[in-house]
Amino acid sequence: MTKAIEVQNLSFRYSEEAKRNAIQDMSFTIENDEWVAIIGHNGSGKSTLAKSIDGLLPLEKGTIIVNGIELSEANLWQVRDQIGMVFQNPDNQFVGATVEDDVAFGLENRGVPRAEMVQRVQDALQRVNMTAFATREPAHLSGGQKQRVALAGIIAVRPQILILDEATSMLDPKGRQDVLATIRQLKAETHMTVLSITHDIDEAASADRILVIDDGQLKQQGTPAEIFRYGSRLIKMGLDVPYTAKVAEDLSTAGVALPSQFLDESELAQTLWTLHSQM
Amino acid sequence: MDITFTNVDYTYQANTPFQGVGLRDINLTIHGGSYTAIIGHTGSGKSTLLQHLNALLKPTAGTVQIGDRTITPATNNKNLKPIRQKVGMVFQFPESQLFEETVLKDIAFGPQNFGMSADKAHQRAEEMAELVGLPKETWEQSPFDLSGGQMRRVAIAGVLAMQPEYLVLDEPSAGLDPLGRQEMMDLFNKLHRENGLTIVLVTHQMDDVANYADQVVVMEHGQVIRTGTPREIFANEQWLVDKQLGVPKTTHFAEVLKQQGFQFEPLPLTEDELVTALLPQLLRQGGAANE
Ligand SMILES: Nc1ncnc2c1ncn2[C@@H]1O[C@H](COP(=O)(O)OP(=O)(O)OP(=O)(O)O)[C@@H](O)[C@H]1O
Ligand SMILES: Nc1ncnc2c1ncn2[C@@H]1O[C@H](COP(=O)(O)OP(=O)(O)OP(=O)(O)O)[C@@H](O)[C@H]1O
Ligand SMILES: [Mg+2]
Ligand SMILES: [Mg+2]
Repeated sequence: MTKAIEVQNLSFRYSEEAKRNAIQDMSFTIENDEWVAIIGHNGSGKSTLAKSIDGLLPLEKGTIIVNGIELSEANLWQVRDQIGMVFQNPDNQFVGATVEDDVAFGLENRGVPRAEMVQRVQDALQRVNMTAFATREPAHLSGGQKQRVALAGIIAVRPQILILDEATSMLDPKGRQDVLATIRQLKAETHMTVLSITHDIDEAASADRILVIDDGQLKQQGTPAEIFRYGSRLIKMGLDVPYTAKVAEDLSTAGVALPSQFLDESELAQTLWTLHSQM
Repeated sequence: MDITFTNVDYTYQANTPFQGVGLRDINLTIHGGSYTAIIGHTGSGKSTLLQHLNALLKPTAGTVQIGDRTITPATNNKNLKPIRQKVGMVFQFPESQLFEETVLKDIAFGPQNFGMSADKAHQRAEEMAELVGLPKETWEQSPFDLSGGQMRRVAIAGVLAMQPEYLVLDEPSAGLDPLGRQEMMDLFNKLHRENGLTIVLVTHQMDDVANYADQVVVMEHGQVIRTGTPREIFANEQWLVDKQLGVPKTTHFAEVLKQQGFQFEPLPLTEDELVTALLPQLLRQGGAANE
């Protein structure tokens, strides 16, 4: 079966004068219907990678294949058609004068018939809980509302590949959970592939796979359980240490005998209770 | 310096068909030297409230007293410079406050604008760039040719460079990697403790509220619906959940432990408090620690 995304030996440098490559010889594959989280610290090259895949940066060295189509100047639009991307700053994304126009934009571009368009815009706004704001100007919204509208614009299109660049960073915890649940539901309906750049440990924890980027290079990849095994080294990788791992480490340091593997909330609570009962 | 809101309303695009409520009847004092956290769900008015702290927005009714200046709906834009220097603001989206040709020039702009010599301002800019962890190779770059987290750092450095009395922070850790987030929150706290900076922080991270704030303001629909200490606010998890807010990770985990049978009185808010309360329930006195 064709892969959703194949990146082979990709390198990219922003300018001649730049001291180093923003992407350095990166290779990886993303399967269809997979949810992959990309983590790494500030300036490690995550957004550059996302823009490269979406054909927004010139391809200098290496190969990018999206749904079997090799990215080149000739088929740039064919590749972009497969991808919906939500940018790190929603202000860079708005084109419409009203929220509903903005959400409709991607559909108009793809020639979706008017009646269907209206229905899909409504559906997308409802999914992100922004129906009441349909006639407002996107620039005149709160930070979190802007992020919801930016997400609605992509949800309406239902792309085969969704790239989220810290798309929920301004949402409250409940809002973030709701939006991610919405995307997960959409993914179940349409089997789209999700590539999500995030600094949020909980979001990364729910991915099928995590890619760790550092200094423009792919440093690690694995399931969340495999990656979380790095414990306090996760901080160096640009991810937080899971909360239960921090508590377990504090307790171990104070002399409590705990196993070294990663325990989630209920596992840690049970382990601690067993220790308490043996006191 | 205190900042006091008295019966403040703010209406966006007032007297147009698009008008909308930003703030409603706000009465609130932020005391000089305090650390205040403002929480509330999307669209509740947090950023609107913040922009009144340095008169970037002026109330459409009521008054905001900023030190010895009274801002009313009629206040004109003249002579607001001293306020802008005393009350430094990091915006929710940092791009919106960057504009210079290079990172260092951007950071140096504030101090220079408030009278510092170019040389000194440049030196200050280098110190601040270092302090917020901007790699040297970015210093002469355009601030717009940076990663999201790097832009955030430039915006923070630019505000710190002005040495304000108030540090007003609108979700300052959004977009920062976890290590950067921790370092930045520690830096703000250090400035608060050691230099007496007043901090006003908008955040969705309840752990930061529990760890640093001494006053919490909860907003909803443009109104302040509660104020109190973190302990008072987090005592009622259900109320917070109803308001679409959460509790600190520690408080949540302590509830899980309580259901398992552990006891906590009061419920811990921070990791340190949790560990301190747990150890006597896990180790015999003078126990394993001496092994
Ligand atoms: N437009 C640009 N011109 C020149 N250099 C750039 C540009 N955008 C980013 N860079 C540089 O490229 C590197 C990678 O940036 P990128 O935006 O991909 O990082 P990131 O991993 O997305 O970081 P963050 O978590 O802060 O968003 C950084 O060193 C950054 O300074
Ligand atoms: N420039 C503007 N013009 C008109 N209305 C606005 C403008 N900015 C914000 N609003 C509206 O005012 C209300 C409060 O917005 P504000 O930005 O203060 O919210 P917030 O609490 O900061 O939310 P968030 O957590 O999403 O950043 C929202 O309903 C928003 O739609
Ligand atoms: Mg980025
Ligand atoms: Mg806001």
